[in-house]
Amino acid sequence: MDEKRLDEIISRYDYPSGRILGILRDIQVSEGYIEKDLLRLLAEKIEVPVSRLYGLVTFYSFFSLQPVGRHIITLCMGTPCHVKGARTILATLEDLLGIKGEEESGKYFATTADNQFTVVIARCFGACSMSPVIQIDGNLYGYVTPEKIPEILAGYGWHP
Amino acid sequence: MRIASPEDLDAVRKIGLFKIQPDRPRIAVGLATCGIAAGGNELYDRLGSIIREGGYDIELTKSGCIGFCRQEPIVSVTIPHKPLVLLHHVTSDTAEDVIKGVLQEDIPKNLALCRVKEWDHITGMIQYGEGFETIPDYHEIPFFSNQHKIILRDAGFINPEDITEYIAAGGYSTAFSVLTGRDPDSVIDEVKRSGLRGRGGAGFPTGLKWEITKKAPGSEKFIVCNADEGDPGAYMNRNEMESDPHMLIEGMLIGAYAMGISEGLIYIRAEYPLAIERLRHAIREAKSYGLLGKEIFGTDFSFDIKIAIGAGAFVCGESTALVASIEGKIGRPHPRPPRLTDSGVWGRPTDLNNVETWCNVPVIMAKGAEWYSGTGVRGNSGTKVFSLVGKVDNPGMIEVPLGTSLHRIIYDIGGGGAGGKRVKAVQTGGPSGGCIPERFFNTGVDFESLLTMGSMMGSGGLVVMDEDTDMVDIARYFINFAASESCGKCLPCREGLKHTLLILNRILAGKAGVEDITLLETLADTIQATSLCGLGQTATNPVQTTLKYFREEYDALIVQDLPDGGR
Repeated sequence: MDEKRLDEIISRYDYPSGRILGILRDIQVSEGYIEKDLLRLLAEKIEVPVSRLYGLVTFYSFFSLQPVGRHIITLCMGTPCHVKGARTILATLEDLLGIKGEEESGKYFATTADNQFTVVIARCFGACSMSPVIQIDGNLYGYVTPEKIPEILAGYGWHP
Repeated sequence: MRIASPEDLDAVRKIGLFKIQPDRPRIAVGLATCGIAAGGNELYDRLGSIIREGGYDIELTKSGCIGFCRQEPIVSVTIPHKPLVLLHHVTSDTAEDVIKGVLQEDIPKNLALCRVKEWDHITGMIQYGEGFETIPDYHEIPFFSNQHKIILRDAGFINPEDITEYIAAGGYSTAFSVLTGRDPDSVIDEVKRSGLRGRGGAGFPTGLKWEITKKAPGSEKFIVCNADEGDPGAYMNRNEMESDPHMLIEGMLIGAYAMGISEGLIYIRAEYPLAIERLRHAIREAKSYGLLGKEIFGTDFSFDIKIAIGAGAFVCGESTALVASIEGKIGRPHPRPPRLTDSGVWGRPTDLNNVETWCNVPVIMAKGAEWYSGTGVRGNSGTKVFSLVGKVDNPGMIEVPLGTSLHRIIYDIGGGGAGGKRVKAVQTGGPSGGCIPERFFNTGVDFESLLTMGSMMGSGGLVVMDEDTDMVDIARYFINFAASESCGKCLPCREGLKHTLLILNRILAGKAGVEDITLLETLADTIQATSLCGLGQTATNPVQTTLKYFREEYDALIVQDLPDGGR
């Protein structure tokens, strides 16, 4: 993200309530993660210590500091998804994409060697009636089964 | 235009009515998050291109979600003087059939779910018409007939992105009469007498909270809407905002007037991009009609709403953590007092209510406290919206009077277990709630009964578990969730939950002895009694309720003679 775009995002928030998290959210949505240098630049621009921004980015699960692959697959880990087999979906994704991540403190992060896919987990999308649910680049897929995953992934350039 | 008189309101109502009931057929595709995920956008585009290419005189629009998620994508069809017909499982492949059916006034039977002759928006009535006798009536569909829609009265019937349709259904006329003709204190009194209690889960009397905020010293205060629906398995608020955002805005407007507050905030989670977009759009619309901003309805009352976005921290549902988050800090709770009503956002007195609580306000003021408290049970007036999900046959978004039995919700509306499996339990109240076994399904869902069961109302997620669900694994799932979401401030929650998780892992791995169960119980009681905030105090409910009701599942995993006593 260049400086001009960052300035544009900052300019969207002229109101103190919700300003800092709003800016960070827009960066996260736009880039898929928050680059550390960008965090430093933002700190200077909005005159907030970078340590405080770092604290926010690591506390709130919506943010990630790690660079992501071309496509982001987010697996919902809400209760309905859990009882309807989200673990099996994760295992299938790991198997098909050849990745292995560890869930720690509610976060999971793994990127394929070719940098095409990053898999992360989310608490709940609120699309619970269609559980289990995954999201790829913002598109939701409901009623996912291990059998359906290869076809879904193929839509994003994956092949066995 | 700015609405400043009953005539202005009426003029806009007419515009909206002509959109809901145009002089030509109207097709509306249910486009909330779930409808879109089921292929709603593709269907909308396909219908649009068929209409364009054929040059047909058909109005194509979008609507919110009617809640029958299993039947998505859902489309409603209105032909002048005929009943509105809900179509289900419509796909791009059957789009042609829909258009053909509309043009020939012969709706394909395989696509028709039900017909609606008239619809009671409570703040207004819409008559559709007679006909299509072979299609089942709305009231003949058990999923619908067992519900009582007050909050969801507009969802699925109006275009959530068009303020005129909300006004056509009677929207903002209540705010108009309140702002131009009611004494603010009498509004608070009306809400108090209605018996409305906080729908975020705690059930605090709303009118009382308003009164306390109003009486707090200081002239600059905030009202805040909590839209940080963090309970996994709950999506009522998402749907309320996506399907009927103006209902929330009208509720906040009335509340702001009653308390004399000019600044409002909606704190909404980042995981709900469509709800954020629709709220922003709705706020812009309301401003352009003079319903937000300065001198609303031409009175001297001014009120504005801003949106603050949360970033995925369950603890931010706790009021003091939520305020910290709005102020751009890490969401860690602090002990109360001071309460928000004394010192909230930026240290100013703040009234915080859940989305659904606000949504109840317009109907209370429109129909009166007596009418409102006629629904529900003593001490629990009104309805509650639930997300009925998990291993249930008809998952969806439902609304029933408070006090309705779990049996009626899960079997009569939900159709019982998915795939004919036996239902074992239902989990209510999210990670702070508990699992209620099938034998207690005669329990009515109200704030007190659920607490007696060791669970709680929470925001309204009902996750159904069937015979295949492992209850110890469910307990571990929730403890893992709560341990990850602990803000780390107080020791019982931070360390206690971590160790609870280790014990549960040990039990599930078949490496635990009988003394581990005792330790689990003691630890749970301690965390409950000594944690700082609601997250910690309720985090062990899933463990305690599964131990209480499904002890045999724990016992089956216990190794009786561990060589080293399990250590």
